[in-house]
Amino acid sequence: MPVSTRAVGRTFPAATYAVGREKIREYALAVGETDPLHHDLEAARRAGYADLVAPPMFVAVYAAPALGPALFDPEVGIDFAHMVHAGQEFRWGPLVVAGDEIATTVTVHEITERDGRGFYTFVSTSTNQRDEIVCVGTWTNVVREA
Amino acid sequence: MSALQPGEPLPELVVTPDKLLPVRYAGASGDFNPIHVDEEFARAVGLPGRILHGLWTMAQVARAHTEAAGGPATLRSLAVQFRGMGLPEQEITVTGTVRTVEDGIATVDAVATQADRPIVRDAVAELDLR
Repeated sequence: MPVSTRAVGRTFPAATYAVGREKIREYALAVGETDPLHHDLEAARRAGYADLVAPPMFVAVYAAPALGPALFDPEVGIDFAHMVHAGQEFRWGPLVVAGDEIATTVTVHEITERDGRGFYTFVSTSTNQRDEIVCVGTWTNVVREA
Repeated sequence: MSALQPGEPLPELVVTPDKLLPVRYAGASGDFNPIHVDEEFARAVGLPGRILHGLWTMAQVARAHTEAAGGPATLRSLAVQFRGMGLPEQEITVTGTVRTVEDGIATVDAVATQADRPIVRDAVAELDLR
């Protein structure tokens, strides 16, 4: 499957996500997180946090809006009908809490072709309102030959 | 955490997503890819039905680690490979083994299986135990 590498290195404009208290509770319920830090405001404050704490994998919520434009960029050229999410890595910094404003930029890190399949790797960098990097994600999608 | 010593198993996490879990997770995460929420669409593209989101399953792997290590602040990194597909209404088990503990950082290898098939494999987490 021939791939075009001309989009490698492209960075997309930052997308900003405002973290809400009830969204943290809804997400925590959906993934089965029972730690009171994600549900009980008083427990979070007693533990020294300003507000409810987002589970680490809440990155799926605040980073995803930034991924869309990269995945759908015609120059990246992903064939969605044959795409699967193959690998994922996250490296976290300070915890995200309700009230944070998270800005995420996405870069096309690598596009390669192996064994008739296209590998598309994106890197997301999410930064809070204090310019602290809260999460760096490496997203790998594989497109099988049509 | 005394359990997190090199060579020791990660406490097992067992979870059975209910029938509508992918729909609830779609709402919670914002990922409404129809293979997760539309039974007819999923079957039309050759799937057995609505399948679980990979990042939901990865969140179970993350939870196995943070519950073992003492909370969300312990998880420094997590890398996984997705294999096969996860289905609702079937038990998922996350198992793992502590590879090393150095300078208060535990490195843990884990896998998530469903019906004896790995759906997340080669999971590697770094946990800050300090």
